[in-house]
Amino acid sequence: MQNVVELWVYLSATPLFGLTATLSVYVLTQAVYVRLEHAPWANPVLWTVVALALLLAATGTSYPSYFSGAQFIHFLLGPAVVALAWPLWQRRAELRRRALPLLAAALAGGAVAAGSAVAIGWALGLPGEVLASLAPKSVTAPVAMGIAAQLGGIPALAAVFAVLTGLVGAVSAKYLFDALRIDSPEVRGFALGTASHGVGAARALQVHPDAGAYAALALGLQVVLAALLMPLVLPFLKLF
Amino acid sequence: MDTLRGFALLLLCQSAGEALSRGLHLPLPGPVLGLLVLLGLLQLPAVRAPVAAAAEPLLQHLSLLFVPVGVGVVTHLGLVGQFGGRMLAVIVLSTWAGLLVTALVLRALSPADAEATA
Repeated sequence: MQNVVELWVYLSATPLFGLTATLSVYVLTQAVYVRLEHAPWANPVLWTVVALALLLAATGTSYPSYFSGAQFIHFLLGPAVVALAWPLWQRRAELRRRALPLLAAALAGGAVAAGSAVAIGWALGLPGEVLASLAPKSVTAPVAMGIAAQLGGIPALAAVFAVLTGLVGAVSAKYLFDALRIDSPEVRGFALGTASHGVGAARALQVHPDAGAYAALALGLQVVLAALLMPLVLPFLKLF
Repeated sequence: MDTLRGFALLLLCQSAGEALSRGLHLPLPGPVLGLLVLLGLLQLPAVRAPVAAAAEPLLQHLSLLFVPVGVGVVTHLGLVGQFGGRMLAVIVLSTWAGLLVTALVLRALSPADAEATA
């Protein structure tokens, strides 16, 4: 028993633990998700996060020591944002042809998502630093962190909000669109990529190739638009 | 080999983006500038196959990359306990608003889609 404890103390302190746990739990939840025919509520990110949070609590592992391993996965977000150039480039003809409707939808959706988050949060009496962390929640996590920092929010909290936003979209969008009879896979995918970025886009990619392509397009557009418009909106937001 | 070459290209673009962002004090994050650099490079036919080989698997497993950040919720349990219900309400409502506005604007402005779904 003594040896087992020593072994655990050693293993849990090495980066191996965070990396192995993240990847193995994700592979498991992904298998369940596929087995359940991609039911939205069985979203693998959601259940992986829940399982890992419970695992950390049960084993008394701190987040920094978990992250020392998980950072290798986290690091890939940067190259993944760069890689969004590929689906954008592949769809360049379509993008040019439908530039106006797509840009208008991306701008309107992004503005409503951010604006309504801040407005509802303010109405519910959330503190300023939480509001500033909510504003960029529809942009993919790595970019949201940068925006939140500039707005006076908490970057780590902004990233969590961004992931939660992605999960809400991935889990509930199907029911919302079905109820309102929004059937076109392109429209559904584009909305998912705009309002719930990477996690939503990943969901769209699994469901329908057209939806996936439009989601990736929307994700790329949202990142560029948010990053471009942020400095223009920033002085205005700082008034609050 | 294409995958490795493509991955090296992605990292080179990201590094170029970071250098531009910091060097010129631009408000755009490094990876976003890297995306724009790569869009320019894709004009060259030689880079397309490697970029596709690296980008496709990376984007296919995009959701995995959000897990480490998502688990970070454990570091904010204090805030979650205090404002959890309200924060969840904000996230759910604003995400639905964003989804609906995007979908409705795009559908209204795309006649072909409106016909297809009518």
